[in-house]
Amino acid sequence: MIDIQNITKVYNTKNGELTAVDNVSLSIKKGEIYGIIGYSGAGKSTMIRLLNGLEKPSTGSVIVGGQDISKASGAKLREARQKISMIFQHFNLLWSRTVEENIAFPLEIAGVSKTQREKRVEELIELVGLKGRGKAYPSQLSGGQKQRVGIARALANNPEVLLCDEATSALDPETTDSILELLLDINKKIGLTIVLITHEMHVIRKICNRVAVMEEGKVVEQGDVLQVFQNPQAPITKNFVSQASGETQEMQASLEQILANYPAGKIAKLTFAEATTEQPVISQMIKQFDVVVNIVHGKISNTTGGSFGTLFIHIDGEQHEVEKALNFLTKQEIQTEVIEHA
Amino acid sequence: MLNQLFPNVDWGKMLDATYETVYMTAVATVITFILGILIGIVLFLTSDNQLWANKIVHFLTGSLVNIFRSIPFIVLIILLIPFTKFLLGTIRGANAALPALIIGAAPFYARMVLIALREIDKGVIEAARSMGAKTSTIIWKVLIPESLPALISGITVTAVALVGYTAMAGIIGAGGLGNLAFLDGFQRNRTDVTLMATVLILVVVFIIQYIGDFITVKVDKR
Repeated sequence: MIDIQNITKVYNTKNGELTAVDNVSLSIKKGEIYGIIGYSGAGKSTMIRLLNGLEKPSTGSVIVGGQDISKASGAKLREARQKISMIFQHFNLLWSRTVEENIAFPLEIAGVSKTQREKRVEELIELVGLKGRGKAYPSQLSGGQKQRVGIARALANNPEVLLCDEATSALDPETTDSILELLLDINKKIGLTIVLITHEMHVIRKICNRVAVMEEGKVVEQGDVLQVFQNPQAPITKNFVSQASGETQEMQASLEQILANYPAGKIAKLTFAEATTEQPVISQMIKQFDVVVNIVHGKISNTTGGSFGTLFIHIDGEQHEVEKALNFLTKQEIQTEVIEHA
Repeated sequence: MLNQLFPNVDWGKMLDATYETVYMTAVATVITFILGILIGIVLFLTSDNQLWANKIVHFLTGSLVNIFRSIPFIVLIILLIPFTKFLLGTIRGANAALPALIIGAAPFYARMVLIALREIDKGVIEAARSMGAKTSTIIWKVLIPESLPALISGITVTAVALVGYTAMAGIIGAGGLGNLAFLDGFQRNRTDVTLMATVLILVVVFIIQYIGDFITVKVDKR
């Protein structure tokens, strides 16, 4: 569906050249939800705008649905954009128009007749769950409702691709989840390809099939979400994953505390994948080896590809017993990482 | 009662003068509104990072606006006498004041239009572009509606300024309340005529301001 080949985007600023996107290649399949995660300034905003031609790459090409967006211009580009719609962090609704009129706007652009427009608007309002709010102005809506209008507006012309530019970053956690569910629902219902950029691993975990991690304009890691979560490679990915697993600074501090109080023991971080989540490995370990185990922190996370868990345990005992216990865990196909210093 | 307070006021003349003032202000305001929006949009779209980004056009338009905005109105009227004569064949009457009024007010209003357009959320323009909107669609359906309250309050300020300009235009024989206050009131030393003309000018200004404020509130859905 989307093929990004060796794109680089260089801006000429007052302070010299700035490479926002640095030789990135990605391929996004039809019907999948693809997430691009990175901190601000990583180049993800530029990246997503290259996909609908709001930005033009300095080199490389962007092929969406067989058409080279990076080369298109004028009427061709405008027509292509009707099939690649976008939703925004700050919704970008027209305040001068009602909900209905906002949703009708892209239809007006596409030259759809008035009766057809009214019919389509009604369907969309129903789809995004805003029935009865059609005559309201954006200023009378909550953030979540505004984003629902944004989504309805983006879907108006039956697009093939939906680009989400930090679509949930301005919303509270609960509203974020409801919007993500709506996107997932639409993805399943009409097989829409969704590309989203975010700085929250939570969003990636919740709805994405695949993810690319961006840092300083480069894609440093990409793959299936579950795989990336279970086995992050790049340091920045590890950061994002631990952020999503609820490994807060507070927890780091308490790990440090335990290490200081029990210098003989070891703290291990265990990552459980699919099958192993259901095995009583800890009690087996305690029965087989002469160790005491203290559970420090644990969490199970769900991704669209399956669930995985992380568990922090403190193991104390004779050194060779502790070694044997850790070996046992590794044999159970549980990723075991000994934490020396938190 | 009124005749005792204002013994020298010729009410027929006063009414005619009021009509002339309102006429000049109304016609000049309408044309200034259109012209100012046109120039303002050119200024906006040719500025950096906009759809028609063009340094030369932006600079030339901006300079022209600044030049006409800087000339004192009374000087502008005199400078425009040959132009008005060529255009209308006369320099007398309410219509003869219009070219000077419009050329004086349109650049002033164009600046306000530019400010109003700059206040529009950039994201909204980006959203319209992402939907495949043409520039003309963006102008008609985004730029103008989204800046309408500021455009209306701007034209209200301009219209009030135009009432003042019409009074000055009286010098070249354009008629109106300013003319009456000057010729009948000041030069003949009839203070009551000057006073009455002032009161009527104030009434006109208040009505304009009231209408402007009313519409501004009405169109603002933010």
